[in-house]
Amino acid sequence: MIAYVTRRVLYALPILLGVNVITFVLFFVINSPDDMARLHLGSKHITHAAVENWKAERGYDKPLLWNTTQRGAAQLTDTIFYQNTVKLFLFQFGQSDSGRDIGFDISQRMGPSLAVTLPVFLLSLLLTITLALGFAVLRGTYFDTWAVVLCVAMMSVSSLFYIIGGQFLFGKVLRLVPISGFDGGMAAFKFIVLPVVVSVIAQLGYGIRWYRTLFLEEINRDYVRTARAKGLAESTVLLAHVLRNALVPILTGVVVILPTLFIGNLIVESFFSIPGLGSYTIEAIQSQDFAIVRAMVFLGSLLYILGLILTDISYTLVDPRVRLQ
Amino acid sequence: MHPVLLKTDVLFFVLLAALSVYVLYARRHEHLCAPWRQVARQPLGMAAAVILCCYLLIAILDSMHFRAALPAAGEGGAVYSRDLTSVFDVLVSPLRTNVERTYSAPFAAEAYAKEVVELADGSNERAYPRLEHGGAHLRDPASERGADIAARLIGGIALGSVLTLALGVVMVTMCARGADRTWAATALRMLRGDAAVPWRPIFATAGLLLLLLGCAIELSPFYHVFGTDQVGNDVLYQALKSIRTGLLIGTLTTLVMLPFALTLGLAAGYFGGWVDDAIQYFYTTLSSIPGVLLVAASALMLEVYMSRHGDSYASLAARADLRLLALCMILGVTNWTSLCRYLRGEAFKLRNVEFVEAARAFGVSDGKILRRHILPNIMHIVMISIVLDFSGLVLAEAVLTYVDIGVDPSMESWGNMINGARLELAREPVVWWSLCAAFTLMFVLVLAANVFADAVRDAFDPRLRGAE
Repeated sequence: MIAYVTRRVLYALPILLGVNVITFVLFFVINSPDDMARLHLGSKHITHAAVENWKAERGYDKPLLWNTTQRGAAQLTDTIFYQNTVKLFLFQFGQSDSGRDIGFDISQRMGPSLAVTLPVFLLSLLLTITLALGFAVLRGTYFDTWAVVLCVAMMSVSSLFYIIGGQFLFGKVLRLVPISGFDGGMAAFKFIVLPVVVSVIAQLGYGIRWYRTLFLEEINRDYVRTARAKGLAESTVLLAHVLRNALVPILTGVVVILPTLFIGNLIVESFFSIPGLGSYTIEAIQSQDFAIVRAMVFLGSLLYILGLILTDISYTLVDPRVRLQ
Repeated sequence: MHPVLLKTDVLFFVLLAALSVYVLYARRHEHLCAPWRQVARQPLGMAAAVILCCYLLIAILDSMHFRAALPAAGEGGAVYSRDLTSVFDVLVSPLRTNVERTYSAPFAAEAYAKEVVELADGSNERAYPRLEHGGAHLRDPASERGADIAARLIGGIALGSVLTLALGVVMVTMCARGADRTWAATALRMLRGDAAVPWRPIFATAGLLLLLLGCAIELSPFYHVFGTDQVGNDVLYQALKSIRTGLLIGTLTTLVMLPFALTLGLAAGYFGGWVDDAIQYFYTTLSSIPGVLLVAASALMLEVYMSRHGDSYASLAARADLRLLALCMILGVTNWTSLCRYLRGEAFKLRNVEFVEAARAFGVSDGKILRRHILPNIMHIVMISIVLDFSGLVLAEAVLTYVDIGVDPSMESWGNMINGARLELAREPVVWWSLCAAFTLMFVLVLAANVFADAVRDAFDPRLRGAE
């Protein structure tokens, strides 16, 4: 098992390196630091000194890959690629373009992000699986047909509509919860309710349909017929046989997103002013803070790859057919 | 009149041309016709197709741009306006030119906010001023407006019914000629629902759309049916103009990514070995960057690029157009990996199928095997993924525009409409109409696309076909 996990982790390293090369090309090769400085400093009639100054403050004045003015290892390390890209591997995110410590900001903002994404994840998993199993039982009836129609309709509604509608209805008209904001500790509860409810509803249509198809595929298998023929109760068939066998495809979708919960939901956090990583990213995009966006791309990819590794491990736990080879 | 072809227009027309070529080609090949015939038998799918065609028509009309000739032409030939106009703009010109000063509610004859108005006797008073265009033909809006709207609605419904009937007659005539039956027999067959194609839902959907069109024709020159926005533009006009943006993002993205996904996916699956490893590494790396973040990073860099080359665009429209195209490309790059993975798997399976081995044994070259034997057998996957991706892309546009990494702020799009109107919900009374119009039109398009995609998937997916 340990050997397997080690191998998977080692396999992830070149992919992470690739991610970093892509961000490096995107941020430093396609556009030079000079262009970034000009965009930031605004006006077109800007002195050369101001541009150089901006670059020097952020360490963008170094050569891209190879520094000929240095000696020894510093030829490699005193470059933009090493300072801004390779250092991400060591979780040294450096400073944002406005001078704040990115690593510290990220550690501060993970909590609020999780406070929203974790309840959303658990609630929607529970709701979608229960409802989908219910519709799978009622398959072929009018109820099921209309449920599917409703799911397609819910899928077709923009997520922005759910958010704006939720804020308007519960925040403004009914005044049940504050429209947006956040607070530490237990006081956060009243701020979190609405984003959680809205996010769960927004995902419901797609989720139910997806799980319903999975369950229907399993329900038509021979082993289900055998189980029924043996005289097992329908509830036993569903919970002990169908659900358990459908677990493998469910895990594929679920475990992968577990680590990415840390990143938070960009849109929801921004609408509800939750100081998490999602709104952090959006603020960075809007203020064109390249260092933060770079750090978040790296972090996002890292967590996604972690999710893939966890998925593979979880397979070995639920499916005895999967061997560690 | 001086025709102008924007870059996205060119690509859009290329796409339409490719579509027509496919239709002509498929008509002569039974195995390509069969699944489409199955799609044509599904009532819901066909109703959705009618709506999609209607959207497509608006987008096509809106993609024919030109610069109108200015009336004050000098000696050196005609002078053309700098602004781009489309054929669609000309068709709906009252909507475009009836601009108020600021917000007004749907069907309103008076402005949304009180202003200081000068009365006839010279004194000033704070009152709701009359709109310049909305309900301007009424003498006393308070008493006449309801009756006037009702009268025009009835007129619109009558016009819509006439159009619907005309459409019905044309449809029956065409079917009667094709099927070699008498006119009455064909009409009866279609009305009863005996024909293979579900004419009743098609007719009902088309009729509903024509009724809406009739009402719009009667009402929109005199009222702002969906109100006006902050700078007084008609919201209905904006929502209709946004159709082009939404459709372009949904279709051009696929067009951009298709060549990559096809070549790389097929090469990886067919050749195997180090080619497979390299391509797999490439798309695993790309797909492990969360989509929104990759789009954000690319869009940010696009911003830098555009600001560096800010002067080299002919007009604001050309700049916005280029940004739309770039957005399609960025979305395409982030979206192609899943299709590529599918295609690789399928090509991998087909590589060892007997007919491919036979071809190889006869000495057919790899390129020809890929083109003649593998490509036709994976086209159904491409087809399914094109229609399935469409609705997601339309929805993504609104979200990305909200985050400031979507289309240009000067371009009409549902995302921009929502973004602009979002803050106005805090006003009292609420300015709801912009949001409502944008969400409604987007919902109808996405719903139709989803329903149609389901019909196409059911018909093309061999796995599902076997299950029935």
